[in-house]
Amino acid sequence: MARAFQWLMPHPLLTLILTIVWTLLQNDISAGMIVFGLILGIVIPWGTSIWWPDRPMGFHPGRMVIYSIIVLWDIIVANLEVAWIVLTVPNAKLKPAWIMVPLDLRLPEAITLLAGTITLTPGTVSADLSDEGHSLLVHVLHTDDPDAVRDEIKERYENRLERIFS
Amino acid sequence: MTVETIGTYAVAIFLLIGSAFVMIGVIGLLKFNDPMTRLHAPTKVGTIGIGMLLMASMAHSFILGEPSIHELLIMAFLFVTAPISANFIAKVNIHHGVSEAPPAPPRDGMWATLNSPDNDQNVEDTKQV
Repeated sequence: MARAFQWLMPHPLLTLILTIVWTLLQNDISAGMIVFGLILGIVIPWGTSIWWPDRPMGFHPGRMVIYSIIVLWDIIVANLEVAWIVLTVPNAKLKPAWIMVPLDLRLPEAITLLAGTITLTPGTVSADLSDEGHSLLVHVLHTDDPDAVRDEIKERYENRLERIFS
Repeated sequence: MTVETIGTYAVAIFLLIGSAFVMIGVIGLLKFNDPMTRLHAPTKVGTIGIGMLLMASMAHSFILGEPSIHELLIMAFLFVTAPISANFIAKVNIHHGVSEAPPAPPRDGMWATLNSPDNDQNVEDTKQV
């Protein structure tokens, strides 16, 4: 039974997301649309699962929700900070810096999420990954202490991501 | 004060906040000198600016009595795709050497974008374009 379920729905979360996206696209919450969304949500992951081998096995959706809320809050706060920097700090006093974040994460999916989070929170852009994936190159708009930014990324986001994918 | 009046004010406030943030993004784009710092202003401030404009659109549709939730989807797609374009622009900047060059990575050989196969390495040809 469990194996049949595994075969039919290789990515249960993807099924859920596709159903929600389809329903939102229709802009109309009705039983027919949800059922059609479910059909799409089952057929698409089933048909594409061979192109996604080695998917992460452990995933905690609850922790992911908490993480998303934290990131959304950080985006709002950091937006205000960047707006303030843009309006008040003159070009001559701006201190941009490259920082390197050593990565403890090994899963490509987790590293992608971390890089996306860093880019979405204003003031930092993730620019590149080292060729063997051990560190992430991040550009900071304005900072007095690059090491503090690196430590904050590591403890605020990376630790949480590690617990999401465990 | 009817619900409609309150709603209209809410829409107006969302629109004002949204356009203020978009404008700050544009100011940043014009003001900064260096392509890497210039990347920060529009890509970031844009997320909340456009988020607020979409909130206004949603609030407006709810007042009119034709609830629309498309905007949530637009926001989600925007949040997923924004980092990718920023990442591409950052990589192009590294290749063109327009900003200060990044330091070498501590543990590995080099940054992935610079580690191209040999016959792809004369980027000088593309630089001129």
